[in-house]
Amino acid sequence: MNIIVCIKQVPETTEVRIDPQTNTLIREGIASIINPFDMYAIEEAIRLKEQQGGQVTAITMGPPQAESALRQAVALGVDRAVLLSDQAFAGGDTWATSYTLATAIKRLGDFDLIICGKQASDGDTAQVGPGISVHLNIPQITYVKKIEEINKDYIRAERMIEDGFEIISSPLPCLLSVVKEINEPRLPSLKGMIKSKKIEIISWSNNDLNLDSDKIGLDGSLTQVIKIFTPPPRRGGQIFEGEIHQSVNKLVDLLKKDII
Amino acid sequence: MDYFLTEEQIMIKDLCRQIAEEKIRPQAAELDEKEEFPWEIIKILGQSDLFRIFIEEKYGGTGGGVLELSIATEELSRACAGVAVGYAGSALGSYPIIMFGSDEQKKKYLPDIASGKKLAAFALTESGAGSDAAAVQVTAKKEGEHYIINGTKQWITNGGEAEIYTVFAITDRSRGARGISAFIVEKGTKGFDFGKKEKKLGIRASTTGELVFTDCKIPKENLLSHEGMGFPIIMATFDKSRPGIAAQAVGIAQGALDLTVEYARKRKQFGKPISSFQGIQFMLADMATQIEAARALTYAACREIDSGAKKISKDSAMAKLFASDVAMKVTVDCVQIFGGYGYMKDYPMEKYMRDAKITQIYEGTNQIQRIIIAAKLIKESTGKK
Amino acid sequence: MNIKIIKDKCSGCGLCVKVCPYNAIEIVDKLPVIKDNCIYCGECLRACKFGAMVLKKTEEREKDITSYKGVWIFCEQRNGQIQSVSYELLEKGRELAYKLNTELCGVLLGNNLKKDTINDIIWRGADKVYLACSEELADYRNEPYTKVLTDLIEEYKPAIFLAGATSIGRSLIPRVAVKVQAGLTADCTGLEIDNEKKILLQTRPAFGGNIMATIISPDHRPQMATVRHKVMPEAKVDKGRTGKVVEVNPKKDLLGSRTKLLKKISEIEKTVNLVEADIIVSGGRGLGEAKNFALLEKLALATGGALGASRAAVDSDWIPYSHQVGQTGKTVCPKIYIACGISGAIQHLIGMQSSKIIVAINKDPHAPIFKVATYGIVGDLFEVVPLLIKRFKQIRS
Repeated sequence: MNIIVCIKQVPETTEVRIDPQTNTLIREGIASIINPFDMYAIEEAIRLKEQQGGQVTAITMGPPQAESALRQAVALGVDRAVLLSDQAFAGGDTWATSYTLATAIKRLGDFDLIICGKQASDGDTAQVGPGISVHLNIPQITYVKKIEEINKDYIRAERMIEDGFEIISSPLPCLLSVVKEINEPRLPSLKGMIKSKKIEIISWSNNDLNLDSDKIGLDGSLTQVIKIFTPPPRRGGQIFEGEIHQSVNKLVDLLKKDII
Repeated sequence: MDYFLTEEQIMIKDLCRQIAEEKIRPQAAELDEKEEFPWEIIKILGQSDLFRIFIEEKYGGTGGGVLELSIATEELSRACAGVAVGYAGSALGSYPIIMFGSDEQKKKYLPDIASGKKLAAFALTESGAGSDAAAVQVTAKKEGEHYIINGTKQWITNGGEAEIYTVFAITDRSRGARGISAFIVEKGTKGFDFGKKEKKLGIRASTTGELVFTDCKIPKENLLSHEGMGFPIIMATFDKSRPGIAAQAVGIAQGALDLTVEYARKRKQFGKPISSFQGIQFMLADMATQIEAARALTYAACREIDSGAKKISKDSAMAKLFASDVAMKVTVDCVQIFGGYGYMKDYPMEKYMRDAKITQIYEGTNQIQRIIIAAKLIKESTGKK
Repeated sequence: MNIKIIKDKCSGCGLCVKVCPYNAIEIVDKLPVIKDNCIYCGECLRACKFGAMVLKKTEEREKDITSYKGVWIFCEQRNGQIQSVSYELLEKGRELAYKLNTELCGVLLGNNLKKDTINDIIWRGADKVYLACSEELADYRNEPYTKVLTDLIEEYKPAIFLAGATSIGRSLIPRVAVKVQAGLTADCTGLEIDNEKKILLQTRPAFGGNIMATIISPDHRPQMATVRHKVMPEAKVDKGRTGKVVEVNPKKDLLGSRTKLLKKISEIEKTVNLVEADIIVSGGRGLGEAKNFALLEKLALATGGALGASRAAVDSDWIPYSHQVGQTGKTVCPKIYIACGISGAIQHLIGMQSSKIIVAINKDPHAPIFKVATYGIVGDLFEVVPLLIKRFKQIRS
């Protein structure tokens, strides 16, 4: 099976801090990681390869430093890594990003399956996966929590919805976006780490993809960010210490009207 | 301190650190409480190729040496010495095969150990044979194409969990220590059973078990090297494995110190963090220095062994002796700095102290280590005139 | 480079460096240099007091956007029931439509839908409902739903198109947006009309909620957005309202779907509708053991709430994963979140910090949860919770 995994390098959001004076993000010393949901996509792809044979290719669009995310993926067991990097791609919203990724995937040749994580922890939009599936005109199954059966033509999967799940079938090739319930991502292996240091990353710029400049990057974006601000911080409220009965009574009085 | 590790050694260190922090540390207290063998973590170590690092490439390993194994053991021990000894114990049980096994024996047993599929164990100790390793009583009697093993082994690390055991038994009582031979015995062999699982003071996540041999019949192909080679195999194995224990001790001490420094920073008494008191600062400084010295000695001994040097006994004994004594002193002092919290089971420090003790005892008590060192010193002096 | 520095105007003050949220500017030889990781958010342009920075965009595509009118709401139905997020959108949609002096329409896809279900959309504020009924549309499927919505948008040209950020919305709307080449902003927590330009201002959280971004879709129509459930208030029913139902009859052969829905499995008991609950009582490591969740269950019962848990409690096997709140569990925003024996690690906070009222009960006065709690009691939860149960029972009886 020829499996493609779309990944994104994101800042480790739990470390994001706001500078109280300038009201902006403090980005120094914040680690870059593979988007957590993509780890589940990578794990599922590697498991499928272990069961069915084939190869797994990880692809990402980002600045040159995104190469370290690809190498991390190789350390986990991915066979091939592709970096799409070009100033022309920068500033792209999800439309431009999914278009660029889709074009690159087409250039890689035939594939059986594309797996994406549910959403990226920085943008949180969950739009790129479905966007790719439309650009490539392949079916999609979102929120996949388990692959029940798969062979080279067909897949049957469990799709998680609000109050339970659905069982969906699709012909291949198709695109899946996966949720955390699907598996437990493995840790890197020593052999993988050695391979990840040596492997040559396939790197493409717009010279290789030849996309219209008005469809990529900032110019290809249909949305525009006009403002960034910190949400009003949750201030610590009333903390009751001391005698328990008194504290409980005070608390209950404050909550009364909302409990009824 | 920079030890100029190679790229691969750094990878091993980082990988073990990640596993220690993400997988071992969250479970350490529970594993200790329940005395549970950490199969889930062993599986992850296997999947991450960490059992390959002490085995030659020819047999599925990555060809690393004692330094690689020590780096791995130290990192894992920072989070839990019990888990680390389950891992390192497999290396200990494999060394007789690695050093003295025939090509067939290595081909048969090492690949499964390298992949993490099977664990190994070193079966020497008996109720009457601790420091006096030559006092082995378990017998192995040759009968045609087989050996029949009888007797009981005590306090075997990974006993019951491992699949592959290197067992030391007497083949010729008349020759004393020279009458001991080494065998490979697999779990499931008829007549090979497991007895008591010990309840211990520390390293409680490690299984320490009794092996009971009742007319256990093994093929003669399972003899390692020749009859009578048991004692040299034991000595050679310990020479190589002592730095691993030293590394475990260094890891325990470092893990304890790191938590202690953090605690001292946060704990306020008399309006100040206790880390601002010179009394505490002096203790921290002394501990850090001792640990670094232990680490440097351990790594130096590892590098010497890995270079292929022959005369390594004194140096590896020194590393084990020093590092384990440091670990004991450091963990006792760390408990002291934690004060009352150091005594409470809800806090992690008391476990470090309980875990440290064994490093002064097993794989040759520190008294035996001193005997070895002194004997070598005297021999060297005699040689010099 | 798309951000141009006008050297003559730049004073080298470095303010742009300070305000950049992505650390993408550095001063080299007293002039700002924009680095590769710039995402063109425009903060530096706005901050510069000297007008020394300008954003250069290449020739913009001309698209006649003035002919796009109307605010449309995708009314999501499941098993013939309209999901309440659609009512929240109708309420907001009403406000937006009023400001734009344009009509509010609902779009409903399904099969054999009850008359009252359809009318409900009008009673809750819509002037019109575009109704597409067909067997193929009974349950949500990517391709037929995308096709119907795409065709409707291309025919009727709404200026704004809103949908709920649900499992359906987040699978469907990105597809539609790509097909009709419209800008889409996901998971909006705020929607306003810019009074001058009469465009939709879409506000949403990013970086797990650590910052908020306001986004516009200047040149493309419709302006599309999905909205999180329970963020906006629901439209109330007014049976006196009237409106028009426009029946759309999509051609059957256009409603094909390569994916097939084989089965639907409902797990109401297992899924513990935490996401819907108004009150959540949640337990963490401080509970000590599994059986102590029984105490919290009593509190949940006494307050009419649902039972939640931190990752620590779930990892210790004290309660099933379906109750887990946090970064690797569910995100909730109830009216009241009562955290018992939960320290307040950031991974947990991410899952519940938008709760209206957070109550923390913990014996450790330094527990981080007290920093975000609206009210807190420092004490032993085994003493506090039984007292709370008693008092709440009294109040509710």
